[in-house]
Amino acid sequence: MAKLVVKNLRKLFGTFEAVKDVSFQVEEKETLCLLGPSGCGKTTTLRIIAGLEVPTSGEVFVDGVLVNDVPPQKRQIGLVFQDYAIFPHLSVFENIAYGLKVRKVPDAQVKTKVHETAALVDVESILDVPGKKLGLSEMQRVAVGRSIVLDPKLLLLDEPLSNIDAKARERMRAELGKLQKEIGIATVYVTHDQLEAMTLADRIAVMRNGLIEQIGTTSEIYDNARTLFVANFIGSPSMNLIDCELIYSEERAILKSGDFTLDITEFAETIRGKPKGKELVFGIRPEDVSIDVKKTDPTAVEAEVQLVEPLGAKSIYHLKISGVTVLAKGYPMADVDIGSKVLTTFNKDKLHLFDKKTEKAIF
Amino acid sequence: MVGLRLVNISKKAGKRKILKNTSLEILDKELFVIAGPPGAGKTTLLKTIAGLIAPDEGEVYIGDQMVNAVPPSDRDVGMVFEVPPIYPNRTGFENIAFPLEIKKIDPNRIKERVEEAAGLLQITHLLERKPTTYSGGELQRVALARVLVRKPRVLLLDEPLKNLDAKIRERTRVELKRLQREFGITMVFSTHDQLEATAVGDRIAVINEGIIEQTGAPEELYNSPKTVFAARFIGSPTMNLNECALKQVGERWVLDASDFDVDITARAQAIEREAMASELLLGIRPEDVILLNSPDSGRCFEGKVELIQNFGDERVVTTRVGKTSLNGLTGKERVFTYGQKVYVKFNEEKVHLFYKKTGVAVM
Repeated sequence: MAKLVVKNLRKLFGTFEAVKDVSFQVEEKETLCLLGPSGCGKTTTLRIIAGLEVPTSGEVFVDGVLVNDVPPQKRQIGLVFQDYAIFPHLSVFENIAYGLKVRKVPDAQVKTKVHETAALVDVESILDVPGKKLGLSEMQRVAVGRSIVLDPKLLLLDEPLSNIDAKARERMRAELGKLQKEIGIATVYVTHDQLEAMTLADRIAVMRNGLIEQIGTTSEIYDNARTLFVANFIGSPSMNLIDCELIYSEERAILKSGDFTLDITEFAETIRGKPKGKELVFGIRPEDVSIDVKKTDPTAVEAEVQLVEPLGAKSIYHLKISGVTVLAKGYPMADVDIGSKVLTTFNKDKLHLFDKKTEKAIF
Repeated sequence: MVGLRLVNISKKAGKRKILKNTSLEILDKELFVIAGPPGAGKTTLLKTIAGLIAPDEGEVYIGDQMVNAVPPSDRDVGMVFEVPPIYPNRTGFENIAFPLEIKKIDPNRIKERVEEAAGLLQITHLLERKPTTYSGGELQRVALARVLVRKPRVLLLDEPLKNLDAKIRERTRVELKRLQREFGITMVFSTHDQLEATAVGDRIAVINEGIIEQTGAPEELYNSPKTVFAARFIGSPTMNLNECALKQVGERWVLDASDFDVDITARAQAIEREAMASELLLGIRPEDVILLNSPDSGRCFEGKVELIQNFGDERVVTTRVGKTSLNGLTGKERVFTYGQKVYVKFNEEKVHLFYKKTGVAVM
């Protein structure tokens, strides 16, 4: 039995349909991430699960029990907000104990419970420190501790890393990942940051306009994006997406975009009869475009380097190939700079093809 | 020719020293990035160049002219703030034209220049609309256009991408770099995001607590950090840094980090004598941590996989070796599971070494 079942959720704010028809399940110990740009309905979905919003229609089951009519505080759901909402004047101990005290749990039991939880989220050594003196990463751990001390069946996290600078976010992302593994509570995590979703979630639900576009593991979504939106949203830098048409010439199947052509005869069988419209979009991830330094591949095409973005271990090369801009990601090459003429190859096994009109993947 | 020069700038706010004897040279037509964590002094530095803050000590030169006594409006410097002050009840055109109108420039010329800037920034469609209908990215570009129409010699951008969505940020950073080249102006850009810094900067100054830690091209900062701070700040995932001691074992020189060690006999010549008696920090970039499924003939250390972060094209695998957690970067073709036993070895010729006390690089 799944820990959380969300069925045909719909939410109207006036005439605005924030959530259109959303269904998903979260298994025991699983972390599911709701990912999408602002306004996609992810936060509304989370708030409905928490009981902070009433859905227009649809059902929410926690541990097999329909909770639509159960008030938030009785749903046994732990919530961690964006700003962590730590009480500044209470100590870490008091912060974690707060929910238990409200529920009139006997003092001795509170003490045991808080110490157990503190050990789990690694704040035992700072139990006496007041909330206002905590660093970000400590606040994060206390906030999680405060939620899990009540033994929730489900943990909800609302963009917990969004207000943090890049370097600290990287560290806290890893910490949160470890913490999740240790706690092992079914979790729904909301974010607009695809990197966060990819690294923290067991499965990701990519949302747009109140609907889930695709749900799957990070690898599934990254390697087999089923819509143009998902292809573009997941991955940094984004997948190269190039408008093209498919033409057949002398028994070759060729993708054509202006002067740019790509022979895909080897996939001709796979795509036969599939493209409904004439307008297609082909996609290839930047890491699947290589600069052929050794000049050994006979299929390599000429390109001019327009821009280089060094990212440390890898660099992004902005290439102009027959009038089309294509990004390549690879190891830094000292002799490749703006204006360089290079040869490039496409890893055709990793090619994506979309119908421009339906925005759905053809393969 | 020198575009811009700061000589021994100090600035206090109350008792806090924000800039401590900071010196910088920015070349003409260079895209120069000031990168550092929040509170490092980035904004103060930019405002000092713009003339919005008078330094307590030190000199500011634009070209060969000392400008300490020159008011901001006469410095020929444009500055775009993190949250740009745009007039809400004026159209895009009126907002952009405003600085030219004050200067009483011929209306035909104004129209020309506004349209030119709008075209370059791809905001022509916003000219007739009012700012209330703009997205964050559009607002930022209108603010940028308003500064660009003045054709300043120096353009200062204070965290221009901070409030944008990840996807738009990625695109806008490329646009800015392209724009700077097309306009041929000196651009100084501040950011807390190291990825942004290396991606856009011709050169970068890493600033920490009012002190410039290192200045250099992106590759230089990444491959040869001169301080621990620069090493930690530049690069994502962050460089592994562990305490170690330099030891001579027979003919070999070894950096002993207790849970593992690294043989640096080949580079022993480059190491200063005093390192022998000092506390040291061993720095290893994640791509130089190599994970093996079974031990090979070389020196390697047994560990357990503690965390896997999936970035789509790459994985960051955290491995526990003894009491030390080490981040390694691997390609997506490798599959790891939690708790899996692995063997860690290092790209020994690529490791970094710092004095723990001063943070300065040993070699």
